[in-house]
Amino acid sequence: MRGFLRVVADLYRSDPRCRFAFTAISIVIMFALMSFVSPQDPGSSYYAPPNQPPSVAHPFGTNSRGQDMFWFLTFAVRNSLVFGVITAILSRIIAISIGLIAGYKGGIIDRIMMVINDSFVVLPVLPLLILINFIIREQMSILQLAMVIAAFGWAWDARLIRSQVLSLKEREFTYTSVFSGTKTSSILISEHLPFVMPIVLSTTINNLLWAIGMEVTLAVLGLSNIGIPTIGTTIYWANQHQALISGVWWWIAAPVAISVLLFVALYLLVVGLGAYLDPRTRLQRMKGVLSDERA
Amino acid sequence: MSVLRIQNLQAYYQSTLYGVTRNVKAVDGVSLDLRANEIYGIAGESSCGKTSLIKVVFGAIKPPLTIIGGRVLYQINDRDFDITQTNDETLRQMRWKQVSYILQGSMSLLNPVRRVRKTFWDFTKAHEPVIEPEKFEATTREHLNRLGLPAEVLDSYPHQLSGGMKQRVAIALATIFQPKVILADEPTTALDVVVQRGVLQLLRRIQQETKNTLVIVTHDMGIHANIADRVGIMYAGRIVEEGTVKHIFSEPRHPYTKHLIQSLPKIGDKSKRQSIPGAPPNLADPPAGCRFHPRCPYAKPICSVQTPELSPIQDERRVACFLLTKENAHVS
Amino acid sequence: MGKSFLTYVIQRIAQCLLVVIIGITITFLIPRFSPTDPVEAVVNRAMMMGQFSHPDAVEMMKDALTKLYGLDGTLGQQYVRFWRGLLSGDLGPSLSSFPKPVMSLIRGSLPWTGALLLTTAIIAWVTGNMLGALAGYYADKRWSHVLSIIAMSLHPIPYYIMAFVLLVLLAYVIPVFPLGGAVAIGLKPGFNWIYISSILRHAFLPALSLVLVGIGGWFVGMRALVTNIVSEDYVTYAEYAGVPNRTIMYQYVMKNALLPQITGLAMQLGLIFNGALITEYVFNYPGLGYLAYSAIFAGDYSLIMGVAVFSIIGVSLAVLLVDLAYPLFDPRVKHQ
Repeated sequence: MRGFLRVVADLYRSDPRCRFAFTAISIVIMFALMSFVSPQDPGSSYYAPPNQPPSVAHPFGTNSRGQDMFWFLTFAVRNSLVFGVITAILSRIIAISIGLIAGYKGGIIDRIMMVINDSFVVLPVLPLLILINFIIREQMSILQLAMVIAAFGWAWDARLIRSQVLSLKEREFTYTSVFSGTKTSSILISEHLPFVMPIVLSTTINNLLWAIGMEVTLAVLGLSNIGIPTIGTTIYWANQHQALISGVWWWIAAPVAISVLLFVALYLLVVGLGAYLDPRTRLQRMKGVLSDERA
Repeated sequence: MSVLRIQNLQAYYQSTLYGVTRNVKAVDGVSLDLRANEIYGIAGESSCGKTSLIKVVFGAIKPPLTIIGGRVLYQINDRDFDITQTNDETLRQMRWKQVSYILQGSMSLLNPVRRVRKTFWDFTKAHEPVIEPEKFEATTREHLNRLGLPAEVLDSYPHQLSGGMKQRVAIALATIFQPKVILADEPTTALDVVVQRGVLQLLRRIQQETKNTLVIVTHDMGIHANIADRVGIMYAGRIVEEGTVKHIFSEPRHPYTKHLIQSLPKIGDKSKRQSIPGAPPNLADPPAGCRFHPRCPYAKPICSVQTPELSPIQDERRVACFLLTKENAHVS
Repeated sequence: MGKSFLTYVIQRIAQCLLVVIIGITITFLIPRFSPTDPVEAVVNRAMMMGQFSHPDAVEMMKDALTKLYGLDGTLGQQYVRFWRGLLSGDLGPSLSSFPKPVMSLIRGSLPWTGALLLTTAIIAWVTGNMLGALAGYYADKRWSHVLSIIAMSLHPIPYYIMAFVLLVLLAYVIPVFPLGGAVAIGLKPGFNWIYISSILRHAFLPALSLVLVGIGGWFVGMRALVTNIVSEDYVTYAEYAGVPNRTIMYQYVMKNALLPQITGLAMQLGLIFNGALITEYVFNYPGLGYLAYSAIFAGDYSLIMGVAVFSIIGVSLAVLLVDLAYPLFDPRVKHQ
């Protein structure tokens, strides 16, 4: 944990991208947490005068259903984040298992798994998700939607994890441990996991991004449970009420602005993390050895 | 006749990363005199600054590598060029025509998506912009022929060549204009022993034909014994001993050189090899005085205080050690 | 062009067939294993709209739909029938535009999606890679940093949001482009400037949104690749030999950096296709995406199936084309 905090501090200090990312993500999370102290229930409506532009009383204005956009969006953002995190975790479980099994088993098992894996990488996912959601949308909870989306969101990362495993398998220290009789499971956990974790972390954030974007897409098409407030369903309802044509632009602008902020921040975090974890800068930082003097 | 004089050269890697500035003293006060028609070997363990020295000598000084002091003087057409002071264009013109550099990594010196002929074309054209394709073809084939390489390599892509052939092609590329000085960094490291021999013979042949100066940098003492005329031993960014190959191998004087020579396997000798206790120093924070003193079995109090100069002790022989300099001669 | 090249081609074709088979099998299985079946979904919808209330009518409707959707018989029989229909180009009639066959609707929209996707994918790939390569090669320059920041802010934005923001900005707020559609209403198709310019004007915003997101991604990827490749030994060697920057940039750095980007293009076509679908919906562009949306809206199950199946086939074929073009750029595959 101390190490983790030091990394965060390092990143915050040295990389402006990460500084922006941390700040923006903290703001979005704080915003989502405010839903717990919201004076309004997201299900209730017409408690405020409808179609009010942003003001002191209603910082993000009110929509045509008489809901305060600020408080409503705290729930929407929270649900979208929760959904994204669940999806990312679920698809991580699939990606890590497949990547590790394919990487360590090797041979024919690896070949078969990778052929199937590549098919999933290439498949256009949206038409399939449209089909699934078309049939079962009415009953879908956030968890179910997360399961469906996670089922299609692992292939790319499984490949990355596998290639990382393959390169680790060839390293000196693996041979040393194998020859000195260390158990495979403890090699995996103590020697390899620290190397795989950074990749897992950055693919998790990427996946989170992808999942939240996918939810917006499906919701906009009317293919998610439109009774649950999320960033996507908020935009869906705004479109249904023709918010732009009737001049209620804040109904749309608020969720769009928050999601753009969130997306850019998460992405910059991935980029910053990638630079921090790059083996070359990592080596320089850890040892300060002659960077250009090889062998 | 000297061709290249290095005078008290200091070159550090200066970097600031995540808020920490550091100076890695890769080359710290090196003076060398290289002559025409000789093979000069620079020996030393990895990370002792050999490659950095060669880079500076070639004028490849890019941040974080920074010149702190000293000069690198080339004598070209009776004029001196300080390579640390020349502008980019002069440098560009000098390179390959006067001095070329075969960098380490023989397996990856050739562009994987370009035919070897195209690479020769690029390298030639860089210095003879108006050469005609026919003339290029003829001179390139002649050059390869002289080095004993088949002309077919021109039609190949690098992945179609063996490791040894790739290195020969890289050497051929470095010698198209028969430069006065050739710097070769670990030219045989990635190759197996039989192929190594061939590559070394090729290098020697080129040197003998063109009577130029060949500088070979390698940690492998066997190669120096095999090919070099004179050898400089480098330790932690400094030259600690210099002499003819015969002297260095038959009667090494500096304690570090002694150890390097003693640790070489000899036919018939079954005694156990001893390794030097301790590890080479971190060049970001080298020990004061003689940099070898923490590992030196003969270290005196003065060694950790004062830096020994590289001073001549006999003809063709210079050593940086207080045990050997005149005023302290009685101690040894 | 040796044996290994042939092996490569056969491998790629096999992989493509596999993708199609896996994708279509998934498409087949989804409605058959989901908790509600499509017949129920469609009937519930119809009942909600108050179209059938009599229980007998509902039963009849259910029977008819089960047959129509090919959901009668064992799973094996259904699977065989599904493939047979697909191979003979018969996906049944569309319910919302009855009795028009699903195939003819798809045939009508496929060219729009194809053209939009192809042009934007190529423009984005080429521009993104060119700019990214320059920015990577001149990584210390100020403009390189500025471009990177722009690209990094464009890339993570979901296609939907990008399309939507452009629509709002350039069609509502500053109405320079049409709100949607593929061509001005009432215009007669023909090879004349008015018709063509109308098509271009309508395609501009959807294309722009796809290109902007795409450029961002390729730029970031290429810049990273190039900053790695410039420190490769063969680049340093050529630099030391005095080879001019232009040659190094194009022949040494870019040619090598493009290889993973070609593979990347093949791998990302599915994602780009998703983007095209949703962009078409935003701009009412009459391609597969818009067709899918109208099918969702009208509860037209067979049309959605058709769109899914043809998306899979179309994307797989496009991926195959990119894969087959790869050896043209990498001698290691072509000359073994």
